Amino acid sequence: MLLIRCPYCEEERPEIEFRHAGEAHVARPSDIASISDEEFEAFFFIRANTRGTVYERWRHVNGCARFFNAVRDSVSDRFIMTYKAGDPKPKKLPGV
Amino acid sequence: MTKAGAKTVQEAVGAERRPALGGQDMSARGVKVAVLPPANRVSLRVPEEAVASLSRALGVALPQKPKTSAAKDGRTVFWLGPDEWFVFDEQGGDALADCGKAKGLHSAVDVSHRNVAFAVSGPGAEAAIAAGCPQDLALAAFAVGACSRTVFGKAEILLYRVSEQEFRVECWRSFSGYVFGLLGEGARDAAA
Repeated sequence: MLLIRCPYCEEERPEIEFRHAGEAHVARPSDIASISDEEFEAFFFIRANTRGTVYERWRHVNGCARFFNAVRDSVSDRFIMTYKAGDPKPKKLPGV
Repeated sequence: MTKAGAKTVQEAVGAERRPALGGQDMSARGVKVAVLPPANRVSLRVPEEAVASLSRALGVALPQKPKTSAAKDGRTVFWLGPDEWFVFDEQGGDALADCGKAKGLHSAVDVSHRNVAFAVSGPGAEAAIAAGCPQDLALAAFAVGACSRTVFGKAEILLYRVSEQEFRVECWRSFSGYVFGLLGEGARDAAA
């Protein structure tokens, strides 16, 4: 079983307490009514789906119930690091 | 409806509250699983600036560290999340009414009858719970007084270590049959 570090519980917890919640750092347009259909499609439907290092939202649903961000390798499934929701994308990743 | 009127209706339909699994227990060698009597329970959300106010009102300081609890005079508070706590009172105190006395902004919901609690005790208690719970329950990782929301089999539970060999397991009422059954299986496996 994978262990995932929850930045709010401040420890590693078993993966089945967590739920994946999509790509992280997708900013909602500040005035969503004024954007075009193409811009809305890009914001709402189009995801990077990168091979390798991905930035994702996760939720510690059967724990503290918080959303947070995780950096994960989509090939090896290894969690590189996790950080609190709202924090900026880390500039440097440990061990990469 | 007046109080007298309510009583008549209650008598007429024969309404009574029946706690889920009331009073049942199950024993295996080294493990005992008992259904605990109903308690007063409150689900509490408090922003940081009102924590002191709610702590005063409840008479127990809300724990600030993850996975910790605080207890005083029969009332126990679990840390569940950065702004979320679970309060239960086993000595008849009304935790919800006490929350109402606090001046600070908060949300308190009475969930007394939403949950069913089990006491799992004995030398095999840790192994019985580990049958369905993926967390590290060793004393070094899950100390006495530690509490956490986690999973047990397919059900969400609140787990609290009362002493080295005793745990309290709380689950939603509708999951109680499943949790009790799986605890029983875990207890039998732990004894084997």
